[in-house]
Amino acid sequence: MTAAGTPCFHCGEPIPRGLVIHARISGRDEPVCCHGCKAVAEFITGAGLGDYYRYRDTSSSRADETPRPDRWAAYDRPELVERLTRAEPNGARSITVLLEGLRCAACSWLADKALSLQSGVLDVSVNPATARARLVWDPAKVRLGDLLRVLEHVGLRPHPLAGEPSEQVALLERRTALKRLAVAGFGNMQVMMFAVPLYFGEAGGMDPAMREYMRLVSMLVSIPVALYAGWPFYQGAWHALRARSISMDVPVSLGIVLAFVASVWNALRGQGEVYFDSVTMFVFFLGLGRYIEMIARHRAGSVADALARLAPVTARRLRGGTAEDVQAVELAVGDELLVRTGEVFAADGVVIEGDGRVDESMLTGESAAIAKPPGALVHQGTQNLAAPLKVRVAAVAGHTVLSGIVALLERAQAERPRLAKAADRAAAWFLSRILVGAAIVFAVWWYVDPSRAFSATLAVLVVTCPCALSLATPTALAAATAALARRGVLVAHTDAIEALSKATHVLWDKTGTLTKGLVRVEEVRPLAELPAAQALAWAGALEQMSEHPIGRAFLASGQPAAAASGVEVHAGRGLEGRVEGHRLRIGTRAFAAELQAGQADGSRSAGVPDGDAAEESWVYLGSEQGLLAAFRLTDPLRPEARDCVTGLATLGLRSEIVSGDEAATVARVAARCGIDAHAARLAPADKLARLKHLQDAGTVVVAIGDGINDAPLLRGADVAIAMGRGSALAQTSADLILVRDSLEDLPHTAQLARRTQRVIRQNLAWSIAYNLAALPLAALGFVPPWLAAIGMSLSSVVVVLNAMRLSRGPTIRRRPEWPAARQPEVA
Amino acid sequence: MEILYVLIPLGLVLVAFGLWAFFWAAGSGQFDDLDSPGWTVLDDDAPPEPPAATRRPDEAPPP
Repeated sequence: MTAAGTPCFHCGEPIPRGLVIHARISGRDEPVCCHGCKAVAEFITGAGLGDYYRYRDTSSSRADETPRPDRWAAYDRPELVERLTRAEPNGARSITVLLEGLRCAACSWLADKALSLQSGVLDVSVNPATARARLVWDPAKVRLGDLLRVLEHVGLRPHPLAGEPSEQVALLERRTALKRLAVAGFGNMQVMMFAVPLYFGEAGGMDPAMREYMRLVSMLVSIPVALYAGWPFYQGAWHALRARSISMDVPVSLGIVLAFVASVWNALRGQGEVYFDSVTMFVFFLGLGRYIEMIARHRAGSVADALARLAPVTARRLRGGTAEDVQAVELAVGDELLVRTGEVFAADGVVIEGDGRVDESMLTGESAAIAKPPGALVHQGTQNLAAPLKVRVAAVAGHTVLSGIVALLERAQAERPRLAKAADRAAAWFLSRILVGAAIVFAVWWYVDPSRAFSATLAVLVVTCPCALSLATPTALAAATAALARRGVLVAHTDAIEALSKATHVLWDKTGTLTKGLVRVEEVRPLAELPAAQALAWAGALEQMSEHPIGRAFLASGQPAAAASGVEVHAGRGLEGRVEGHRLRIGTRAFAAELQAGQADGSRSAGVPDGDAAEESWVYLGSEQGLLAAFRLTDPLRPEARDCVTGLATLGLRSEIVSGDEAATVARVAARCGIDAHAARLAPADKLARLKHLQDAGTVVVAIGDGINDAPLLRGADVAIAMGRGSALAQTSADLILVRDSLEDLPHTAQLARRTQRVIRQNLAWSIAYNLAALPLAALGFVPPWLAAIGMSLSSVVVVLNAMRLSRGPTIRRRPEWPAARQPEVA
Repeated sequence: MEILYVLIPLGLVLVAFGLWAFFWAAGSGQFDDLDSPGWTVLDDDAPPEPPAATRRPDEAPPP
């Protein structure tokens, strides 16, 4: 018997108590949690890729053991593959595949190796940053379907992408940003080099011709920095101004343009100060911050990716009584489709034949299957669970409910109304302080010496503005973003750090955040001679016919080999059927025990758990010889959930559960996590109403969710946090993503957000105070220029070092070694 | 100090060359994936030779 809490060798999840499944890994028996993980682990080591387990730095996704028809059959058909893929020289074909479950560089190594071992594969390139693999293969030697099956076998679920403009756009955006950054960086280094002799030369009596020369060379180098590297800021400012709003880009552009134009003017006429060093430093640091943010955003995934994961690329069309595989994009309204059990609908349609059960959780969040008799509507992206269905297409890609949701999210992401508002406030704050400061300087100088008022004010403006903006905020945000990324928290929008530091409430969607979101077999208790694994296999065989979420918990753990026949559903009680010659019942205790003659009520022998009294739900398996086994099913609470809630509470963040679940379940989870406020049976709109209510009361609300049904909540919240293994659509509307799929980083993140905000305030106070104090003194002649130069540089160094404090501190970084890889993720 | 009138433009030419090289590298995708190439050195085995049977006749044999 496995010790309670032993994690699975492959996926790191706890193994159900009482269940013994071992995978044979390099001569050792390693415990695994299900047959899916066993198959994946044995496949990986069997293919000589066992090093994967040494190199990976996060645990893998749990293998999907739900029996499904071969999804890749369509990709074995050459004529379809030809249309889906691109032609390469020498008759080879290529395709880009999105890999679900690709988490780290070791995963990409695994995908690369597993594919390269296949004959006929000409080239594989896997990019872990975008979770994409590009395959080039020889169709004469290997079928695409086989390659996709290999990927599924190693636990990475492939989603072939038919043509993908969005990925190309993102790639070009990244490359262009990198080039702009390089221009700013190189330019800044050069200008700094010329700035030092300019500052010090004044003291040492530099030849005026040389001084002039240095200033002109600085100007020459600054021109591409200001025009090419700074271009995105002007563009952003222009867009904002045209939309009659003020974004962060407006003061930024104002600073660059003023400083640059004034410097060029002074350099050309040969007198006055030049600020080329400030301008280039400003552009470089701001660009660096933007670049880091963009990389995180791209990693967070695009809406197009989410769509690719949800909607299938192929469908089976019925034409004149025969079925043919076609591309989903070729479907037209009125076509008839055959959708087999386990398949995903490629279009919206009406059921015309078959009595189906459909999993619509990706649209509604409702995990129970929905009955779909003939005449019922089915939606693209939902999964057919029971009988094969004939469906008449009512709407195709672009007009389906799913594409509607995706379009909505895409627009929300592009407009970013909430984030834009936060940035506007910050920009207005900066602008007002700087203008007030400049006005004071102007007034004072007007009083002292009107002829120098203008140039002095300009000096204050151009130097304060870049220093405060270029260093104080971006360096702190960049350091915080990098520190969080090391902890496995992806910051998709840096503005969220500010909002998080002010947050007062946390709204949890229970399922998938506080709990793991998967009903699974927690414990197997044999009640007779039958071994636990055998009992689980039989239960799985029976439940294979069921579409109830509880049934799927068994399928996730059961042995796939056993088959049941003559299965009858007894509504509200359980299932009955024959497996391997035994008549079996699974369901409530009384129902399962009834099968044994004369045992209508079941004898309560010692040690048999009582279903009604137990906190979790127990399901029983019985045969004609009596009860065989009891299974405890739970949606397990994340082990770190309680600590996380307590941690947030000590920071003053009040937690509240808003759930669509049953009141009793929600209350139990709330009690176990130590949360007082909870509301059950809420529709997405109710959750949003609760959020608005809190926000109207002036609170700043963090929302944490993992499903599509949470997307509205996440979009409305001040800070949206998504779980790393949650739905792709939820992640696209999130500001922060917990990549390690663990809550333990959350209190740290909130703490770091506050420290970041503190550092930003310190930096701003320091730079503004320094500049306001030093500049007038320097202009009045009390400070020699070389001292001012040292002071300026020191001031910048102080700001940068202060920001760097954020990247220190307790970072949680795990590097499991070979045996330690099996230690639980959460101690 | 007059040598600076030569050295600075020379330095700028070098910077321009460096930038050109960087642009070329970025444009050809050298910086697209900075994580996974580091793992290839952990891979002791020689890359698997494709079996002769899978090679097309028109393809040259490896040297």
